[in-house]
Amino acid sequence: MGRYFLPRPIHPFAWWVWAIALAVAANGTTNPLLLAAIVAVASLVTFARRGDNPWARGFMVYLVLGAAIVVVRVAFRVLFGGGDGPTVLLELPEVPLPWWVQGIRLLGPISLEAVLAGLYDGLRLATMIICLGAANSLANPKRLLASLPGALYELGTILVVAIGVFPQLGESVLRVHRARKLRRSPAGRGRRRRHKVVETILIPVLSDALERSLRLAASMDVRGYGRHGTASTNERRWTTSIGLAGLVVVSVGAYLHLSRTAPGPTLLGFNVVSLGLLFAGGLLVALAMRRAGRTVNKSTYRPIRWQGAEWLVVLCGSAMVAAVTITQRSAEAAVLVPAISPPTWPELTTGLLLGLLAAALPAFLTPAPSLADVRVLNTAEGLS
Amino acid sequence: MIRLEQVSFRYANSDALRLRDVNLEIPEGELALVIGPTGSGKSTLLGCINNLVPQFTGGVRSGRVLLDGIDTTSLLPRELATTVGYVGQDPLAGFVTDVVEEELAYSMEQLGFSPSEMRRRVEETLDLLGIADLRGRPLRNLSGGQQQRVAIGSVLASSPRILVLDEPSSALDPVAAEDVLALVSRLVRDLGTTVVIAEHRMERVIEFADSVLRVDAGGSVTHGPTREVLAGSPIRPPLVELGVRQRWDPLPLTIREGRRHAAEARRGWVEQPPTLPAPPGAGPVTLAAERIVVRYPQVVAVAGVDVTLRRGEVTALMGRNGSGKSTLLWALHGAGRRDAGTVRGAEAGQVALVPQTASDLLYLASVAAECANADAEAELAPGSTLEVLQQLVPGIDPQSHPRDLSEGQKLAVVLAAELSRRPGVILLDEPTRGLDYSAKQALNGILTQLAEQGHSIVVATHDVELVATTCHRVVVMAEGEVVSDGPTRDVLPGSALLATQVAKVTNPVPLLTVEEFLDALH
Repeated sequence: MGRYFLPRPIHPFAWWVWAIALAVAANGTTNPLLLAAIVAVASLVTFARRGDNPWARGFMVYLVLGAAIVVVRVAFRVLFGGGDGPTVLLELPEVPLPWWVQGIRLLGPISLEAVLAGLYDGLRLATMIICLGAANSLANPKRLLASLPGALYELGTILVVAIGVFPQLGESVLRVHRARKLRRSPAGRGRRRRHKVVETILIPVLSDALERSLRLAASMDVRGYGRHGTASTNERRWTTSIGLAGLVVVSVGAYLHLSRTAPGPTLLGFNVVSLGLLFAGGLLVALAMRRAGRTVNKSTYRPIRWQGAEWLVVLCGSAMVAAVTITQRSAEAAVLVPAISPPTWPELTTGLLLGLLAAALPAFLTPAPSLADVRVLNTAEGLS
Repeated sequence: MIRLEQVSFRYANSDALRLRDVNLEIPEGELALVIGPTGSGKSTLLGCINNLVPQFTGGVRSGRVLLDGIDTTSLLPRELATTVGYVGQDPLAGFVTDVVEEELAYSMEQLGFSPSEMRRRVEETLDLLGIADLRGRPLRNLSGGQQQRVAIGSVLASSPRILVLDEPSSALDPVAAEDVLALVSRLVRDLGTTVVIAEHRMERVIEFADSVLRVDAGGSVTHGPTREVLAGSPIRPPLVELGVRQRWDPLPLTIREGRRHAAEARRGWVEQPPTLPAPPGAGPVTLAAERIVVRYPQVVAVAGVDVTLRRGEVTALMGRNGSGKSTLLWALHGAGRRDAGTVRGAEAGQVALVPQTASDLLYLASVAAECANADAEAELAPGSTLEVLQQLVPGIDPQSHPRDLSEGQKLAVVLAAELSRRPGVILLDEPTRGLDYSAKQALNGILTQLAEQGHSIVVATHDVELVATTCHRVVVMAEGEVVSDGPTRDVLPGSALLATQVAKVTNPVPLLTVEEFLDALH
């Protein structure tokens, strides 16, 4: 047990499965209590188990974004109405609009029902976005890319390099812009100079970026990038065909599942045909990935192994989805979508509470992330 | 270990050979130093070893390359990754990942090392380079010297038998450069790696170089023992220059050897001190700055600095990287940030600043267009900037693209454009970066000429030899403050880090340059 809790990063896929499960659960309800609880759980786990890379600090941005979404949704209901009910909170004068914008109302009476509808709706969207933000903070996107199967390795490299280019591009722009200030002679200021802004900044920055990417490419080549064995044409054709077929099957299965139009028997309330197609398609894609990845002779430094803690995280996320799904099919389904007209006070059931508790467990039952920079608190150097 | 047979190289669009019939053999465990003027084909020669030239640069190469007895002429660079480790000039440009540890592992990941082997080697490399405390740090936050050490470590981790270094210290300040070069010498001694290194601070490397490869302008390469090749070379460090001029035998390569040869002369000067050239008289003040403060949220970059510049005076601004030199220049110019303090004499157009990356200011398609633009901006007669440029550096083709010019030529174009506004004060931010000995000599000529015309000049630089020949005054900064300010002859010889090679040889007599040494003898 002592070894289990040694600080180590959790596999990024596990966090993504957990976060997507939370988002799926949020998608199935408009109950503001449940949604707020999901946000609380996501925040709790994120603050307890996020690492110390720059991505981890981005979680606050997602929280602010979520709050903004709720505010905007409610503000729209107040401004333009919609979903109005009998309980009028405030009687605002309606702004008369010309005939060609008929159908749109500006201000007018604000009903409790309209505000609640906006609030529930916004809260649901905000919760889902915050869940994704939690995944982004808990799982370093770069480690996620590094954990991709071999077949997607080159795609991952491209993304990693592209992410790294942006700060450099920003630096170039700042430097050139600063240099441009030197040339601004008082006599030559005016329209003739202003239309050259694009030219004077863009050309040095772009040629800079081009030179740099050439040097990076040379450096990667020299260090053995792209040294994998090549597959025969025939083999590659097979791999591509299997992959494409898998994707088609997955798409059909997903369509049938989401549109709920699949024929055939059902098992535990799920359609066997659509689920079967999804499963088969997934298998085909996995097979194609495996075949394509075989030719990549590349290893990963300090790979994150899938261990007990990862299973625990996945299970905890799934428990939340299960709780919502079971409630949906039970007699208490109305709890998930509380009535707005007339407004009722939202409630939580024991089942949902248990699901929430399970989803919060990773905050306590997983090993803490290993903080690389604990020793280095001196960030001032980064500025010089 | 490395054998080139009849190797010639030219770019596809020109007939001029960059390398001509190169034959050479570097035995295992040797350190070979590559010297030659900028643009002579040093990088081309280095690139030939792991086939970056021509596989990556394009062009036509003939002849054969053999590494460890195996013909590698037509292999791709990536296939040589286990044999040859290659480190370029700018470490930051070559980093693929963003954390020290991952960067060290990158090459091994590509080569398919097993995770446990990789882990062991990363730990060993961290210790070998003395960067274990940096393992989790973002690469961008490291200092230049640390970055270059990581870059060397990242190729060493997969233990190549040959290490190729293309001017590894050119972007570093003297202390960091010494750090990196000391590391290289340790690798040669402890690991027995074969090293081929191009380095313009050759005085730091020649003492442990086994042989020197001199690339001449025509593309021919001379390979031989260090002293022999240096004695016939147009480019050599001041100490070797002194040794050649004084016919010292054997040629001194280290300060210690130099001091032994000069012992007699020093004894003579103790009894009869040599007459030293007098510093020029001070002209009227052109710019006076008082209590300049520049502060960023977490750092005070310049902490209350006073600067007075006089007509016809060349001032050197020295200090390690990050000591506030650049920030001070930008604050004096007025385009940069200034939180407190006053600058008198910096009225509009009176101060010109040439930034560190001079090419940032060049964006037109030809030198002529750049000059015409400068004329139009300063409302001068067409052609006057071009004329100034021809005076500064004769022989630049006005129709050539600024990006194709050498670093020194780019600098001259920017300087000419700045001069078109007839500034009284000229500030240059590290103009010697990427310049070789001959380009520095040309810069020296330009600065002297401008000072004689009555300009006040400030040069931020690490190059003590340039300071010794050109500058009248030295201001040394540390942590945003001025730590010493005085005539060059008072500041340089007394400092362990800033003394020129000649000053170290003649210490305690304050002679700075080879010319002064020779004059003092007669």
